[in-house]
Amino acid sequence: MIAQRVGTTALRRVAGQPKTFFTANLARISATQTRQVATQKLTHDDATNLLAQQRLQRPVSPHLDIYDKKQTWFGGSIWQRFTGSALSGGLYAFGAAYLAAPLLGWHLESASIAAAFGALPFAVKGGLKFALAWPFAFHALNGVRHLVFDLGYGFAKRTVIKTGWYLWGASAVAGSYLAFFL
Amino acid sequence: MAALRSSSAAARVLAASSRPALRLQGASIRGFAQLADGAQHSTTAAEQPAKMKTFQIYRWNPDTPTEKPKMESYTIDLNKTGPMVLDALIRIKNEIDPTLTFRRSCREGICGSCAMNINGTNTLACLCRIPTDDNADTKIYPLPHTYVVKDLVPDLTLFYKQYKSIKPYLQRDTPAPDGKEYRQTKADRKKLDGLYECILCACCSTSCPSYWWNSEEYLGPAILLQSYRWLIDSRDERKAERMDALNNSMSLYRCHTILNCTRTCPKGLNPGLAIANIKKEMAF
Repeated sequence: MIAQRVGTTALRRVAGQPKTFFTANLARISATQTRQVATQKLTHDDATNLLAQQRLQRPVSPHLDIYDKKQTWFGGSIWQRFTGSALSGGLYAFGAAYLAAPLLGWHLESASIAAAFGALPFAVKGGLKFALAWPFAFHALNGVRHLVFDLGYGFAKRTVIKTGWYLWGASAVAGSYLAFFL
Repeated sequence: MAALRSSSAAARVLAASSRPALRLQGASIRGFAQLADGAQHSTTAAEQPAKMKTFQIYRWNPDTPTEKPKMESYTIDLNKTGPMVLDALIRIKNEIDPTLTFRRSCREGICGSCAMNINGTNTLACLCRIPTDDNADTKIYPLPHTYVVKDLVPDLTLFYKQYKSIKPYLQRDTPAPDGKEYRQTKADRKKLDGLYECILCACCSTSCPSYWWNSEEYLGPAILLQSYRWLIDSRDERKAERMDALNNSMSLYRCHTILNCTRTCPKGLNPGLAIANIKKEMAF
């Protein structure tokens, strides 16, 4: 097949430049399109073995590193998982700490936490609250978005992209409100 | 499917390219990657300043498997090249590096051979314009998280096996009432719109992170869209079996509505919606 292709390339060039082909182009053709014909007869088993051999060595093409970051790293779906894991992980961590507090002598009662929190400066208070409020807002809002998806609405390409960005804005606003105005 | 197609495509190309040799005189041959015939494009090139564009292309050669895959840069003049990325690739292969390997056939978005990752999004090279709004390099990779056969050619064996597994053909026991053909109302036929157009290019499946991590068991958006195409076909009589085959934790429910599939489909179809519809049918 490669041999045939070399032939057709030559033919194409003959056709394209009929007058100069034999004088000017001969050297160029032989320089550009000489690929050695390296076919060999293989039995069915040999061919299968060769394929198996090749398959073992094939690399996996790049994925997360090269795919559009807007879709992979800032997609609502993966952040739904991040925020959900953070919130539930935080709850479990606090629950376990509360359980262990009497044994370890920690003071995690509501009254002592409230007192400690009240003593912090406003920015730190707001920042800590935002760190909790934003994942909550994001998870709640995107949760609604996913429920709407499950009903079969909002799948138009533009809607998907738009609601994805609205989600970031709305969760930032809602998180700030919960953190600084409540 | 693309593998089956490639042999006949090669034969066609051979036949087509040998044809001009038979009519030598007055020969103005318009190749794939050229804007117009030789005389014309030499004048346009002289008038306009060269518009150079660099393409970074993923390279890996199975003959030297220990060498790591690398990006190779090729710079070409866009004034002498057609508007699409496939035109640029063919031009690079013709004129700069004949070892560059990629699949292509129809160059009009109907065969699905030239699916690849261009500037971070999966698409068909033949339907993707060369971005000209900036001078940034265009980066071209094979479809993400696939085994690479060579350069931009991914191994889609698993993808086709999964397609086969959903039995993508009409299954019924009752003969047609008039003994001729299975008829369908207009409304029923309309349900297939947006599904039958799928060309199985694998752009959507290989854009899906869920499919990247679970391709062994999760069917992926393209196959699920095809699955839905047979589920809602009013002529098919195996709906229950088809639904039953999907009713497990992996085949269908690894879809987490990430919707990269809907955003990437070069044919403008909506695999995400098809999957949501299957989930709805399973639930209610």
